[in-house]
Amino acid sequence: MKRKGIPGVFVLAIFFSTLASPLPAAQLSVEVTNLTHGIYFTPLLITAHDNATHLFQGGATGTSTLRLMAECGDISGLVGDLGGEDADTVANPAGGLLAPGMKTVASIDTTSTGNTHLSLVGMLLPTNDGFVGADSLEIPEIPSTYVFYLNGYDAGTEANSELLDTSGCTPGMPGMPAAPGGDAGTGGTGVASTDSNPSVHIHRGNLGDTDTSGGISDVDSRIHRWLNPVAKVVITVQ
Amino acid sequence: MKRMTRAQWIGAALFLSVFISHAGCDNDGAAPPAREGTYSVTVTNLTANQPLSPLGVVIHLAGYTGWEIGSSASSGLEILAEGGDAATFLAEASGNADVLSTGSGSGIIGPGASGNVSLTTRQSPNLRLTCATMLVNTNDAFTGIEGLSIGDLAIGESKTIYAHPYDAGTEENTETALTIPGPAAGGEGYNAQRQDRDFVSAHSGVVTNDDGLATSALYESHRFLAPVAKIVVTRTQ
Repeated sequence: MKRKGIPGVFVLAIFFSTLASPLPAAQLSVEVTNLTHGIYFTPLLITAHDNATHLFQGGATGTSTLRLMAECGDISGLVGDLGGEDADTVANPAGGLLAPGMKTVASIDTTSTGNTHLSLVGMLLPTNDGFVGADSLEIPEIPSTYVFYLNGYDAGTEANSELLDTSGCTPGMPGMPAAPGGDAGTGGTGVASTDSNPSVHIHRGNLGDTDTSGGISDVDSRIHRWLNPVAKVVITVQ
Repeated sequence: MKRMTRAQWIGAALFLSVFISHAGCDNDGAAPPAREGTYSVTVTNLTANQPLSPLGVVIHLAGYTGWEIGSSASSGLEILAEGGDAATFLAEASGNADVLSTGSGSGIIGPGASGNVSLTTRQSPNLRLTCATMLVNTNDAFTGIEGLSIGDLAIGESKTIYAHPYDAGTEENTETALTIPGPAAGGEGYNAQRQDRDFVSAHSGVVTNDDGLATSALYESHRFLAPVAKIVVTRTQ
């Protein structure tokens, strides 16, 4: 009996070690909803990567490519950092701006890379250098549906003047590049001329005012403020 | 190996059938499975100065949705979010075949206070709970939970949600005295006109007179950040 029992235990041990080893990575859909009342998201970048990669980190200085995204809504630099679009890097799933209340879905397939973490960024408009961000969420392995809420960040690279300048955008140029809702004013004197925290941090929100041709800010305090969270992300692991 | 005879097969089948029916008897002798559940919803107002209107609670299955981000609010939700009256919201729910039970709270829930509604309904693993209440010192802000799964709660178990403020999107956030029904102003509640963007979103907060909106009847104490309420759903029976 005993001699027969040992191989049985051995087989069980193999069985359990198989269970304990990491499962191969999976296909997932990532649904993003803009929860805000009056803030647009520029084209989103959604990417799966290893546990050492970060598009941004709170408390750290933003990279030049993060700055390009946060100040001008241009994700091409970050896409280049990631080696281009592929099965687990999706750029611009909404095909343009994601308006308040709207949602979009990206399909991510990590089968060939085995990537384990997910990040997402997109600029908030109208802001100077605000963005919606997810920094390296661990992708759940068990097939199911998972909900995450994302906050608004400040890249820390540009003073929050809240003045609209639609003449084009390059990083370092002051001003908000666009107010897609068409509900901002002009002629403001400017909210902040410098920002004291140069690292990525939680955005303090727009101040705004209700003077469309003057005042301190070009944005509307009744429309362009927000409270966190600014986005809901539903990850469905297949 | 010997093949079983026909008689042996019949004997084995009889033995099995006796065993199965005996198991059935055992089941009958035990306590009957619960066919109803009682769910208690307790809302604690976490705001500084935003009383919450009497709570509206709906227990339902998958075919009912109280509201959806990005979609137009129902008339019932508009009336609740602009005027604090849950009756139409609950009547709309009652008209849905997937709604099993509705109930409303007995009064205003002041800042720091709690309110409770308890509902008994037929038990199902697919039960969901939706509830809503207005932040009354606003134009059309509300909070609550939408479609929380409660069918998996055993008796004595609970789920806790810290609820976000939402904007019904049905009335512009002017904050004027004429349009704020709560004690801050005593103005108009529900107005059938849809003046704002006409979709439900997260609320962006109130600006207030103290922060430069000269026509606002609200002051700094009426401001809020998320979350605005703690909601505990407990299955009590």
